[in-house]
Amino acid sequence: MPVNVRIVQGLQEAAEILASDRGAQLLGGGTLLVRDLNEGVMTEGTLLRAVDPVLLAINTGGARIELGAGVTMAMVLANRDLSYLHAPARGIGGPAVRTTATIGGNLFAATPYGDFTTALLALDAVVTLHAGIGGARMMPLEEMLANRARGGVGLVASVGFNRPGGADAFRFLKVARVRPKGISVLSIAAHLPQNAGRISGARIAYGAMGPTPLRAKAVERVLEGRSLDATTIAAAKTAALEGTMPGTDAIASEWYRREVLPVHLGRLLAGETS
Amino acid sequence: MARMPVQFRLNGSDRAVFVEPAETLLGTIRRGLGDFAPKFGCGQGTCGVCTVLVDGEPRLGCLTLSVTCEGRSIETASGLADGPTLHPLQVAFMEHFAAQCGFCTPGMLMAAKALLDRNPDPTRVEVVEAIAGNICRCTGYEPIINAILAAAQQRGARRA
Repeated sequence: MPVNVRIVQGLQEAAEILASDRGAQLLGGGTLLVRDLNEGVMTEGTLLRAVDPVLLAINTGGARIELGAGVTMAMVLANRDLSYLHAPARGIGGPAVRTTATIGGNLFAATPYGDFTTALLALDAVVTLHAGIGGARMMPLEEMLANRARGGVGLVASVGFNRPGGADAFRFLKVARVRPKGISVLSIAAHLPQNAGRISGARIAYGAMGPTPLRAKAVERVLEGRSLDATTIAAAKTAALEGTMPGTDAIASEWYRREVLPVHLGRLLAGETS
Repeated sequence: MARMPVQFRLNGSDRAVFVEPAETLLGTIRRGLGDFAPKFGCGQGTCGVCTVLVDGEPRLGCLTLSVTCEGRSIETASGLADGPTLHPLQVAFMEHFAAQCGFCTPGMLMAAKALLDRNPDPTRVEVVEAIAGNICRCTGYEPIINAILAAAQQRGARRA
């Protein structure tokens, strides 16, 4: 049976189809699934295209930010209120990819892709899921990523997070061999809220250092309650590799990723990246 | 699988076609409508030779399903020239030797057009960023960047 395409209006209908048909997949921008079609990886099943306007909603009015799963990287870049997310959005492909690549799709991108998800993880994002019955439910992004490997997470409708406090509170670094567009050797996102000169509630996330973007909890523990000085940064670099499981691919070896991660983490924390 | 009807504008002309549900826009444009300007390269969204404009935005024809283009306006490199009069970008590419084998050229032209349509006076960095998704294995990119900057200058001079 060849691949079919179904266009559905509502999220609930799409979620019900996804829950009942194991061969159905939600089509976002197509940068992942249509590639699979072209390469013959996907030869049968159903692509669902949901056209619910909720998927394209951007709510930046308050302290809580809510972005629909169908919001593209180009839409993020066009929004001044999301300037702290411009660096990770600009790191996704070239301009013609960014007009179609969606936030929701990026959540399901296999390593070493998924740099935008790394940024969302450092922002402690929560995803809103529709699973077919019972309406919407919320799930921390970290938990969703853990469930992703097992499959069947449901339909991601939106992503929410608190606006980072201060211009320097959120930092992102993508390390690639080709500029301006290249696949990640690794990426690092850091949310570093400060209280009276000391870090409080740090969140550090890595991309391409494991099967999915992951939190650097050992580094977060090192940073907690300390000022961001040379001693703290040195301690963070020492803890940088704890919990990582990088792979080897055409971009970089596992060894190389382990070697360069502490260096780039140190530079990011020291504000030495452009 | 039943074919699906799709209507869109292609280079200013209304077109109506029946497509396979999972057919790409590139396939429809090339095989269905006979416009061979956009090329098939990698099929992965990496090389940019299939770049077209959809409602003025650069898109990759190989990763865009035709059924998602209902009612949209599609532009390809075939629509750049006005009869015998070449588009300023085409003239600049010719004068700056920005094409060698020519396989990347239709995609480069459309990526450049998308840039100049929204930013008529780009910096060199902005030009590099705009064509970052388009691979050229012949020119080393410098003649292409120079051609796009020259086209922008020429369009600016015509506006002044």
